[in-house]
Amino acid sequence: MPTVSVKRDLLFRALGRTYTDEEFDELCFEFGLELDEITSEKEIISKEQGNEKAEGASDVVLYKIDVPANRYDLLCLEGLVRGLQVFKERIKAPVYKRVTPNGEIQKLIITEETARIRPYAVAAVLRNIKFTKDRYDSFIELQEKLHQNICRKRALVAIGTHDLDTLSGPFTYTAKRPSDIKFKPLNKTKEYTACELMNIYKTDNHLKHYLHIIENKPLFPVIYDSNGVVLSMPPIINGNHSKITVNTRNVFIECTGTDFTKAKIVLDVIVTMFSEYCENPFMVEAAEVVFPNGKSYIFPELAYRKEIVRADLINKKVGIRETPENIAKLLTRMHLKSEVIGDGNQIEIEIPPTRADVIHACDIVEDAAIAYGYNNIQMALPKTYTIANQFPLNKLTELLRYDMAAAGFTEALTFALCSQEDIADKLGLDISATKAVHISNPKTAEFQVARTTLLPGLLKTIAANRKMPLPLKLFEISDIVVKDSSRDVGARNYRHLCAVYYNKNPGFEIIHGLLDRIMQLLNVPPGEKKGGYVIKASEGAAFFPGRCAEILARGQSIGKLGVLHPDVITKFELTMPCSSLEINIEPFL
Amino acid sequence: MIIEAELRSTKRWELTAEGEEIAREGSHEARVFRSIPPEGLAQSELMRLPSGKVGFSKAMSNKWIRVDKSAADGPRVFRVVDSVEDEVQRRLQLVQGGQAEKLGEKERSELRKRKLLTEVTLKTYWVSKGSAFSTSISKQETELSPEMISSGSWRDRPFKPYNFLAHGVLPDSGHLHPLLKVRTQFRQIFLEMGFTEMPTDNFIESSFWNFDALFQPQQHPARDQHDTFFLRDPAEALQLPMDYVHRVKRTHSQGGYGSQGYKYNWKLEEARKNLLRTHTTSASARALYRLAQKKPFTPAKYFSIDRVFRNETLDATHLAEFHQIEGVVADHGLTLGHLMGVLREFFTKLGITQLRFKPAYNPYTEPSMEVFSYHQGLRKWVEVGNSGIFRPEMLLPMGLPENVSVIAWGLSLERPTMIKYGINNIRELVGHKVNLQMVYDSPLCRLDAEPGPPRTQGTA
Repeated sequence: MPTVSVKRDLLFRALGRTYTDEEFDELCFEFGLELDEITSEKEIISKEQGNEKAEGASDVVLYKIDVPANRYDLLCLEGLVRGLQVFKERIKAPVYKRVTPNGEIQKLIITEETARIRPYAVAAVLRNIKFTKDRYDSFIELQEKLHQNICRKRALVAIGTHDLDTLSGPFTYTAKRPSDIKFKPLNKTKEYTACELMNIYKTDNHLKHYLHIIENKPLFPVIYDSNGVVLSMPPIINGNHSKITVNTRNVFIECTGTDFTKAKIVLDVIVTMFSEYCENPFMVEAAEVVFPNGKSYIFPELAYRKEIVRADLINKKVGIRETPENIAKLLTRMHLKSEVIGDGNQIEIEIPPTRADVIHACDIVEDAAIAYGYNNIQMALPKTYTIANQFPLNKLTELLRYDMAAAGFTEALTFALCSQEDIADKLGLDISATKAVHISNPKTAEFQVARTTLLPGLLKTIAANRKMPLPLKLFEISDIVVKDSSRDVGARNYRHLCAVYYNKNPGFEIIHGLLDRIMQLLNVPPGEKKGGYVIKASEGAAFFPGRCAEILARGQSIGKLGVLHPDVITKFELTMPCSSLEINIEPFL
Repeated sequence: MIIEAELRSTKRWELTAEGEEIAREGSHEARVFRSIPPEGLAQSELMRLPSGKVGFSKAMSNKWIRVDKSAADGPRVFRVVDSVEDEVQRRLQLVQGGQAEKLGEKERSELRKRKLLTEVTLKTYWVSKGSAFSTSISKQETELSPEMISSGSWRDRPFKPYNFLAHGVLPDSGHLHPLLKVRTQFRQIFLEMGFTEMPTDNFIESSFWNFDALFQPQQHPARDQHDTFFLRDPAEALQLPMDYVHRVKRTHSQGGYGSQGYKYNWKLEEARKNLLRTHTTSASARALYRLAQKKPFTPAKYFSIDRVFRNETLDATHLAEFHQIEGVVADHGLTLGHLMGVLREFFTKLGITQLRFKPAYNPYTEPSMEVFSYHQGLRKWVEVGNSGIFRPEMLLPMGLPENVSVIAWGLSLERPTMIKYGINNIRELVGHKVNLQMVYDSPLCRLDAEPGPPRTQGTA
């Protein structure tokens, strides 16, 4: 969930009133926001770097507000204020308009070289804008928030904003060999080639995260003006030449990317948010983008879409009984201008370009419910009668757990993920013999594979509890995972039961007795006949030679029991003899 | 009780052996003074007297005598005053005469420091007949024995009393794990509410069932390598229900079922990628898909509690695997009010009655609501669960009828357990670093019956 940080006093000035922290928290809750933290720049720096560094930092109160991940229109102060003011019916939602300039329209021409790296671009102009320090900061911050969220860390979309008065169109969006791109990047005093820049930015804490997007590509995307000035090398850095400042009056915005829909949404969000400060508020100057196939499009789209939803559908989905007129009012408060049309039960809803999150009637239903107030909805219980069933495997597991504890064994709960070493080397096996599923992106060795046996987890539990009085008697009934090509995903779980006895003597007879007890509980008689069970001398890498037996029940092998090999005991950092038992309980379902 | 004895102690002052000598003979300093003739005495000779050393320095500090170091045959000691009052002797004689109380506290302690006086505590017992007074001697029995029962001798044997303040011997028993005790209670609650348990015994899931089927777009951050464990082997799902897959693909990329869709290039290879399920909602999706294939539609209530996996940064409250609790109701005409009603019943069974609902965003539910409960200890509203109505873009491609709504909610098993058992570090609860003593000692899990142990921080 993105967090937007706004100055409290600035926010209250824009809202035209002040709130106590509690009142504002309440308002946020109602609207689906969360007032996450009340802090200041000074407090933040002091927390992160100590009091000394915080000396002299601003102590202006900041509100940190959590915004739902799909509400790009609430990612800056301007949007938050507009959203809350409309919600509280203090203002009407503005109408955003695209206007064609009287003079020549700004043109961005895309060349075909971009096709294989970053094929889409959109553009627009904010004309006669008036920044202040706070507005400017908010403008930069919004771009950052968009980059981190909908733009997927610039992989899908990257935004460049430029002082149009320093440039001369038409602009060209192309892709070139890195060595052929040379310009003075933002906040640098000399020119570098793209190759040099990629090196320099490797140590830049902010930019290093974006380098991978184009790093290994033969051609890098780049935008030039008609004089060959570099506007930007997306998605990495803008040129210094066209840098915007507080005094910039005309802003050229370009968004390039690999996802056309998202590029258009991002452009719409930026211009709807900041056209507020233009000489003609909420008017956005169009720009033309010519694609390699010669087709030309005008941006920003600023499209308003109309949806018709029946009032009774909204009532039925939310569980309320409001008149169509009231529902239209509720929706209008959510920035969805609505009116009752047709037979008086239909509501026509206008979805503005700021609400790209509304893609289905259910999104409209939610907004009606939010405006109505979730906590005002009458609660009810579904009337249908249903009969409950337990999942048979879990039912058996529950029953066995209780009787394992009654037999004097204590339940452990160990991780399903572990290292290769745990399930192979430490048990004297080769990993290829385990049929284990392997994780491709583990952050540490603890998450290399899913366990194929419960034994390592129990032995590690004993190792972590060596201070406890002996004997230690532990069990676990849980799932292991192995590859299985008969399953749709190529792997399956098995429900295993594992028990260990750890003491000064191996206690094989105790583990053996436990097996007899388990079989008794499962109503499996001893002996090979009539679906009974037997144990037969066997071998296992984890067991001491001659102290291992295979368990055969109902005609199939279900597991092994025995005294653990001293090497196994040592590798799990244990010192005492230990016997164990592990079976698959699924045959007993 | 044969006899009763009452302790009575008294304190008194007594002279030490030296004190008695002084009471008799006078203090050392007085004896020194008296032994000096008018013409004085050689110091070396004086020091040889029995009271010489102690008496000399005391008599000097009392200014009774003086030393002339210029005398011809070595230092000589002379009297300074004509007569002296031997206060020490007088006081000791008072104590001897049983009149110690006539001395001040300060005087007594001075004499005690000189080891002339000691305080003696005299303990006496006042003995009387007890309730079971007897003049014949018999040994008390410690325990009842089979012989005593058969012979009836227990009737006239005395038995040694038990010490009921001592602890008993704990039974030698096995113990269930606290987290799984809580799991049992949650299962019980769902069963009481008529919910059927879904199969969740498949930790490995395809991206398709984990994400795509839930209408979670392929560029969603949760599908990032940083958040999800993907598999190297088996890297891809072998089979997917292709008819359904095509409907999902179309809904994502072009929309349909009344939706605009996400309008992006949906890729089958992305959907095939295997992973460790990040939520049990993948199992709910499979259950709902199966439900959709049964005609005619029958309403259903489902639940599951099982492990999920996240490739997350680990800390005191987050592990790479945890248990998710999920409830699902599929029925005709379910409303947000029904969701809230079911949640109220569910949380009431957990002993949580003060609830409120906050609008939220989840990729696969709309409307969505976070559930908050008022935490008495923290004195604030804390999130206790997440919920919503599954999006039509998820349900309709499965083949569920259009007028069927599916409400769902989820929460973690670990958090309520940590609050319940007062555990701050999740590693003490889950995994091999568990504290077995904690497992041995943990009480029953009665979610609605008792307040938890003192609640500490870290529960928010």
